Amino acid sequence: MAIRSSLKGTIVLVGTRKGLFVLLGDVGRQKWRAEGPHFLGQIVHHAVLNPASGTMLAAVRAGHLGPTIFRSTDFGKSWKEASSPPAFPKSSGDSYGWSVGHVFWLSKGHASEPKGWYAGTSPHGLFRSDDDGVTWQSVDGFNLHPDRAKWLGGSQEAPPDGATLHSINVDPFDKSHLYVGMSSGGVFESIDAGATWKPLNQGCVADFLPDPNAEYGHDPHCLRVHPTARDVVYQQNHCGIYRLDRTANRWQRIGDNMPKEIGDIGFPVVLHPRDPDTLWVFPMDGTSVWPRVSIAGKPAVYRSRDAGATWQRQDKGMPAAQAWFTVKRQAMTADQHQSIGLYFGTTGGEMWSSFDEGDTWQCLMLHLPQIYSVEAHTL
Amino acid sequence: MPTPLIEYTGGLRDVEANGDTLDDLLRDLDQRYPGIRFRMLDEQDQIRVHIKLFVNAELERSLDLRLNNQDIVIIVAALSGG
Repeated sequence: MAIRSSLKGTIVLVGTRKGLFVLLGDVGRQKWRAEGPHFLGQIVHHAVLNPASGTMLAAVRAGHLGPTIFRSTDFGKSWKEASSPPAFPKSSGDSYGWSVGHVFWLSKGHASEPKGWYAGTSPHGLFRSDDDGVTWQSVDGFNLHPDRAKWLGGSQEAPPDGATLHSINVDPFDKSHLYVGMSSGGVFESIDAGATWKPLNQGCVADFLPDPNAEYGHDPHCLRVHPTARDVVYQQNHCGIYRLDRTANRWQRIGDNMPKEIGDIGFPVVLHPRDPDTLWVFPMDGTSVWPRVSIAGKPAVYRSRDAGATWQRQDKGMPAAQAWFTVKRQAMTADQHQSIGLYFGTTGGEMWSSFDEGDTWQCLMLHLPQIYSVEAHTL
Repeated sequence: MPTPLIEYTGGLRDVEANGDTLDDLLRDLDQRYPGIRFRMLDEQDQIRVHIKLFVNAELERSLDLRLNNQDIVIIVAALSGG
């Protein structure tokens, strides 16, 4: 493996509005040090490590110079740009040609494909690499689908950085089974490696649409497929927290079990890597004009250990008042230690961690730029 | 070359390239400095919003413009933001 052989512990990749920071924790996760910034001054929407190859990819928007992907095979010591970054097919004749505004999401491919990756873009686009991120190809089954324009919401419904395809999940039990989330557009799945697609939104509310039970057009904020339990899927949606049981094939709003004064609006959802009934969310204020900050200025994580039937507030160690956190959809994650670590980054540039499954929280780092994404890997 | 692009040229602000048209020139530039064309043009061959191309101090929007020997092409990248 091309990684620093002496590196043991935990690596946390923090994508920010002004560059990429790498936090390295020792084996006990007691001592941390920061490396970077890499790509100073450039937006890093997402950075992910491929544990099979040691390759790190970073989705970088170089100011006004457009999007690209950088890769490192030496844990960030050096970076090289993808020789063929994600790009939509060239338009032919009078058809409208799409152009990638930025790469928003990176997902490692199936475990059986050690050099496989997927990328989601703004505007909605899906791309694949089979050579560990060197070259990228359009997944035409999605990007050129005749119904694609119907699925997507208008620009009024898009996140501030633009409409986006995110939450690319490869079914760990079937490499041809893909899930994606679109903001807006809804959750879609493919069972033939991206050749064909169908919406997967039954039971999910879209209260901003004329038909709240529409087939598509929803706004999933973050979708997670459990890595070890078959067919367990959760999503934090614009309209609540849901769990999907594939035998019933209908989303169940488990967020209805959250305290009424908190509600079930937020961006991220994090799954326990081994226990499919344990998950964490970071609720935000989704009332009136949607401030999207911690509710009443009192940040808290909520954990469920019974698949969303009950929830526990977890705020020990966090500020008790006047703390107006926003945690973006890629900015909360778990590592893979036996005693897992949880991490989240805020738009105020703070990195927080917990090493007792959320019971207590510590601030790992202050004064970073606005945090867009956090990914943690056990080395 | 504007400062955001000199990472591709090894720090050089002034470089040479060949081409009968502006499009040819940018393609030749990409051969010499791989990846630089995609920073100026998107996948639909549209000049990116914040890039301006000047030929002998005249703003040009057509990549089909024919070039002459010794023409000077100036690439400008606007850097707005915060």
